[in-house]
Amino acid sequence: MRAELQEIVDEFAETPKSLRLAILLDFANNLRTVPDDIDRDALEQVHECQTPFFVAAEIGDDRRVALYFDAPPEAPTTRGYAGVLAAGLSGATVDEVLDTPADFFVGMGLSELISPLRLRGMGAILARVKRQVVEKSAS
Amino acid sequence: MAVTHDPAPKFAEYAHPGSLVTTEWLAAHLDDPNVVVAESDEDVLLYDTGHIPGAVKIDWHADLNDQVARDYVDAEGFAALMAAKGITRDTTIVFYGDNFNWWAAYALWVCSLFGHTDLRLLDGGRQMWVSEGRPMTTDVPVRTVTDYPVVPRDDTTIRAFKEDVLAHLGKGPLVDVRSPGEYSGEVTHMPDYPQEGVLRAGHIPTAANVPWKRAANDDGSFKSADDLRAIYEGEIGLKHDDDVVAYCRIGERSSHTWFVLTHLLGFDKVRNYDGSWCEWGNSVRVPIEKPGSPIRP
Repeated sequence: MRAELQEIVDEFAETPKSLRLAILLDFANNLRTVPDDIDRDALEQVHECQTPFFVAAEIGDDRRVALYFDAPPEAPTTRGYAGVLAAGLSGATVDEVLDTPADFFVGMGLSELISPLRLRGMGAILARVKRQVVEKSAS
Repeated sequence: MAVTHDPAPKFAEYAHPGSLVTTEWLAAHLDDPNVVVAESDEDVLLYDTGHIPGAVKIDWHADLNDQVARDYVDAEGFAALMAAKGITRDTTIVFYGDNFNWWAAYALWVCSLFGHTDLRLLDGGRQMWVSEGRPMTTDVPVRTVTDYPVVPRDDTTIRAFKEDVLAHLGKGPLVDVRSPGEYSGEVTHMPDYPQEGVLRAGHIPTAANVPWKRAANDDGSFKSADDLRAIYEGEIGLKHDDDVVAYCRIGERSSHTWFVLTHLLGFDKVRNYDGSWCEWGNSVRVPIEKPGSPIRP
């Protein structure tokens, strides 16, 4: 797993259980807004998420991946998931994104706090990111 | 001292007018020492982004469910939860939450299993409070721990297990409150929730389909008593003394319908099958009805 993402996973795991949601909330609050020069129509809606959630992965000339997410404030958990992936995978190489384990979030210690079924939403977002990266790196 | 009911004219038409409060009523009772406001959400972080001043958080997964078995907390666990939230046996608990009060209704139903007497829902839920621009805070209240009694959970009156539903087939009405696509078996999960899929699709034989949301207005509030009667009594012919079982996928949407039938329409015996389709659709050799196929087995 990419070192930046591993650090975030470790940060959650090493934090007392009672404070882990506060970290996730920080990621939610710090999720960057989508820059104006990004075509909103290019943002893909993730239908797995119960709330409107948009994701776009772009590959720069340097073959590094840029990630853009958007989710409404009333879906802070989804925003938190997006924030974790944005912080852990922005600037990653194509291979680093594709090599990210689908269950990377299991080590974060969130399953006692978030229903395991809901927690898998994180994996659904990663799957969309990977799919876009595969499509765009092939073209 | 008992907390008075919200005298809103709309509520007077319901069977149990005291089971709902308006945002106006709640705003005037935030400092009432006999009232505890509890937020129960689908989104585990939503309370932490801001909530009604003084409200405590009760999470369906972390607080109300047993962390090992698929069941609710036991009597000791429930008493400890209530005590930690500063709730006594005489407290009026007003629940509210996101997503049309799904989880608020679910939390209210779980508290009903333990016989807590004065339980109310905020009509319109979090959505209405926020849309009216009422105050929100991120301050978490510090509440004095109470001595809440250990009261056994009654799983026989308003809760149905799979075996109860099997025995119920052909004897009383079933209400499937899922979306039409889930009911007909076109999909094995609620739209947008594929991670909660099951192995088989369809519905429990004889169940009528009334999606839970038909009981709600777009602003999150409940429909009028007349409108609700037209749906549940008119369209699918439920009667007040019927033995009714409601189910959905994991029991939260059917808690919403349980609340409507029990508290708003005054049905005598409504049970929520909380195992719901996530249990039934994964169970071996239970009968399933799917349009276009004979009932199997």
